[in-house]
Amino acid sequence: MTIRDLPREKYVLPGNAACPGCPETMGLRYVGMALGRRAILVIPAGCTSIIQGLHPGSGLSFPIINVAFASSDAVAEGVAVAKELLGEDGVVVVWAGDGATADIGFATLSGAAERNGNIIHVCVDNEAYMNTGIQRSSLTPKGAWTTTTWRGKTESKKNMPLIMMSHGIPYVATASVAYPLDFIEKLRKAASMRGFKYIHLHAPCPVGWRFDPSETVEMARLAIETGMWVLLEAEKGKITISPPSRPYIDKSRRKPIVEYLKRQGRFREISEELVREIEKEVDEYWSTILKLSS
Amino acid sequence: MEVGNPLLPLSRPKIGVQGATGSWRFRKPEIDQGKCIGCGICWLYCPDSVIDVEDVGGRFKVRVDYVYCKGCGVCASVCPTKAIRMVSEV
Amino acid sequence: MVKLTLTGNHCVAYAVKLSRVKVVSAYPITPQTTIVEKLSEMVDSGDADIKMIRVESEHSALSAVYGAATAGVRAFTATSSHGLLYMHEMVWWTAQARVPLVMAVVTRTIGPPWNIWTDHHDIMGQRDTGWLIVMAETNQEVLDETIKLFRITEDPRVFLPGMVGLDAFILSHTVEPVEVPEQEVVDSFLPERRQPYTIRFGDPLIMGNIPSDLLLNAKMRWDVHEALGRSTQVIDEVDREWGKLTGRYYGGLVECYRCEDADFLFIGAGAWVGDMRLAIDKLRDMGYRFGVLKVRYIRPFPGARILEIARGKKGVVVLDRSISAGSAGPIFLDLAAYFQGKNVTIPIKNVVAGLAGFDVNYEDFVKIGERFVNEVSEVGWVENHLEFYPLR
Repeated sequence: MTIRDLPREKYVLPGNAACPGCPETMGLRYVGMALGRRAILVIPAGCTSIIQGLHPGSGLSFPIINVAFASSDAVAEGVAVAKELLGEDGVVVVWAGDGATADIGFATLSGAAERNGNIIHVCVDNEAYMNTGIQRSSLTPKGAWTTTTWRGKTESKKNMPLIMMSHGIPYVATASVAYPLDFIEKLRKAASMRGFKYIHLHAPCPVGWRFDPSETVEMARLAIETGMWVLLEAEKGKITISPPSRPYIDKSRRKPIVEYLKRQGRFREISEELVREIEKEVDEYWSTILKLSS
Repeated sequence: MEVGNPLLPLSRPKIGVQGATGSWRFRKPEIDQGKCIGCGICWLYCPDSVIDVEDVGGRFKVRVDYVYCKGCGVCASVCPTKAIRMVSEV
Repeated sequence: MVKLTLTGNHCVAYAVKLSRVKVVSAYPITPQTTIVEKLSEMVDSGDADIKMIRVESEHSALSAVYGAATAGVRAFTATSSHGLLYMHEMVWWTAQARVPLVMAVVTRTIGPPWNIWTDHHDIMGQRDTGWLIVMAETNQEVLDETIKLFRITEDPRVFLPGMVGLDAFILSHTVEPVEVPEQEVVDSFLPERRQPYTIRFGDPLIMGNIPSDLLLNAKMRWDVHEALGRSTQVIDEVDREWGKLTGRYYGGLVECYRCEDADFLFIGAGAWVGDMRLAIDKLRDMGYRFGVLKVRYIRPFPGARILEIARGKKGVVVLDRSISAGSAGPIFLDLAAYFQGKNVTIPIKNVVAGLAGFDVNYEDFVKIGERFVNEVSEVGWVENHLEFYPLR
C-alpha cells in the first residue's frame, strides 16, 4: 500500500474545532481512510468531543454516538450485537483517549475485551487529560509535567498493550500518527477479524506536551526512533515488531531518549538521574516484548 | 419525533463547523511548486484535511485551502524536499 | 392465556420474552438476579430468541442496551438498589438521547449497612432523569406493565425510556397466580419497534456533540418534560387497549379502591398498597370512611388525576416508602406542590414508613388511619405534616 492507494474522501472536515497540529484529527483521518463508510464511532468524553465542533454541525463525517466517559466499550458492544442481529455489516470503533481507556473506562474496556465483543477499541493516547487542561493520567510518562504533577509525574506509564494482550483477545497492536500506513493496515486487519481488537495510537499533543504544533509528526517519529514507543502487533500471545520499529530492536541504532525528551516542554526540568531511570525502563520494556516475540 | 426534529441532539457533517478557521492562523504554508515532487506526504499528514491533491500525470498537484488552514505547519515539517515554507502573516 | 404461579421476577422475564426483546444485558444484584437467570434459562433452552450480553457492571448493562437500542433493536435491562445508583449516569444519558428502552427495578434499600429488603429510595432517586416510572402492586401488574412499557416508550409522542418498579421479595420472590397472555395477543398489541433515530453504517448522523444554541438545548430538556406530559394520554390509551385484550384495565396513571364515597384517602405506590386495601376495609368497619388511591405512575406524576379524586375529601395521608432527606417523602412533595399550584387546601399528612425493609402491615395502616382522623378532627388541620412511622 502506498499513499496513492488511499481514498481521498474526507472524514475529518476542514474547519473543525481541533487545535492546530492535532494528532487526534490525524488519527481520525486514518480511521476514515482505513474503514471509510463501514465505521460507526463510539466516542466517550475527551478531546474528540470538542473536535467535532458545535451542534447541529459536525467536523467529523462518521456515524457517531457520543457517550458518557466510562460507557464506551459497552455501548459499542451493544451496537455491534444489534447490528449483527439486524444483518447490517460494518465495523464498530471505540475512539477513546487515555483516560477513557486506561483510567475511568478501564473496567468497561476490560469487560468488553474479556467477552471478546466484536469491536475495535482505539486508544488515542496523548498521555494526559488534555481536554480538561493537561492533568496526569495513568498513561502520562514518568517525569512529565502536567497541571496536577507540577514537579513531574513520579509514576511510570501503565503498559496498556501488554495488559490487553493478557485478555487473550485476537488482536493487539500499537500505532503512531507518524506512521499512517502502518496504522491504516492495522485498522484494516483488525476490521477483518472477529472479536475484540485493541489498537493503541501514540498521539503527541502540542498543547499538552509543550512543543510547536508543526512538530507533531516529528515528535511521534522520535518516540519510535528513541525506542520509547514501539510499533508492534500481537496475535495469539505472540508479538511481532512492526517494520518501522524493527531497526530499533538493536539498541545501538536507537537515538538517545534525551533527544525526544528535550524537545518537549513537559520534560524541561527532568533530572539526568531520571533520564537514566527512564532509559532503564525503556530497555526493560524492549526486553519484555522481545521475549514475547521469540 | 424523528430525525430532523430540532429537539433531538443530532448533528450532520458540516465543513466549517467552527467557522473559517483560517482566521486562527498567524503563519501560512506556501508551496514552491518548483521544488514540489508531488509525493502527497503533506496531504497525508495534514491534521485538518485542508490540503487537496489532484493526480496530474502520476504526480500529486497540491493545493491548500486557506479558508480553513489553521497554520500548524505540519505540512512544512514533513515535506521531504522543503518545498513548503511557513510565512508569517502578522 | 395460561394461568401460572409466578414470582414477580419471573413475570418480568415472561414479559420480556413475550415482547420479543432482542438484546438483554444485566449484572446480577440481589434481588434482581432471578430475572436474568430466568431469561438466561429461556435463552439456553431455545425458548426465547434473545441475545444476552453478560456485562461486568450495571453501568455497562445500561450502556450495552443503550447501544443496542440506538442501533435499532428492542432492548431490556434490570437492576436494583446500588446497581441502579451505579448506572445513574446512563439513566440520564439514555433519556436525554430519547432512546426508548425498558428496565425493571426491583426496589431495594441503599447501604450502608448492607440490606437487601425493600424500600423505594433507589427508584425514587431516578425521578428527575426523564424516564417513565411505573410501580407495580401485584405480580400480574408487573407482567402487564413491562409489556405495556415497550408500547408506551416506543410511541412517537413519548420516545423516552421507562422503568417498572417491583418491591424486593414482596413481589420479586413471592409467587402469585398470574395470567400469562398468548404470544399472538402480545404480538397484536406491540407494533414493530419505533424509535426517533437509528445509528446506521454509512449514514453520518452524529448524536450528542456540543450545542451551539443553548436555548435550543434548553428546549430539548423541556421537551423531555413535555413528552412525559404527553405520555399521560398514551398511558391511558394503552392501558384501555390492554384492558380490552386481557380484561385487565388498571385506570391508567392511578388506580382507586373505594375512593368514591371516601372521606379520607391513603395515597401510595408499590406492593404495600395491597395492605392498604385490607386496612381501609377494617377502617370502614370501625366507622372511618377511607379509600386507597394507588399512584401507579411516579413519572409522569399524575397530579391532575390525584386532585380529581382527592378534591372534596376531608384529608389525605401520603405514604412514602422513601424520604428526600432534609425535606419530605417524594410522592408527598410532588402532590403538595401540585395541590398548592391549584390553590387546593386539603389536610395532607406525609407518613414515611417501611424504610430499610421495616415491615409495615395492614394493622399499621389501620393505626395510621385512625390517628390521622383523630388529629384532623381534633386540631381541624394537620399538626405535623411529616411523620416517621412507627412513632416512638
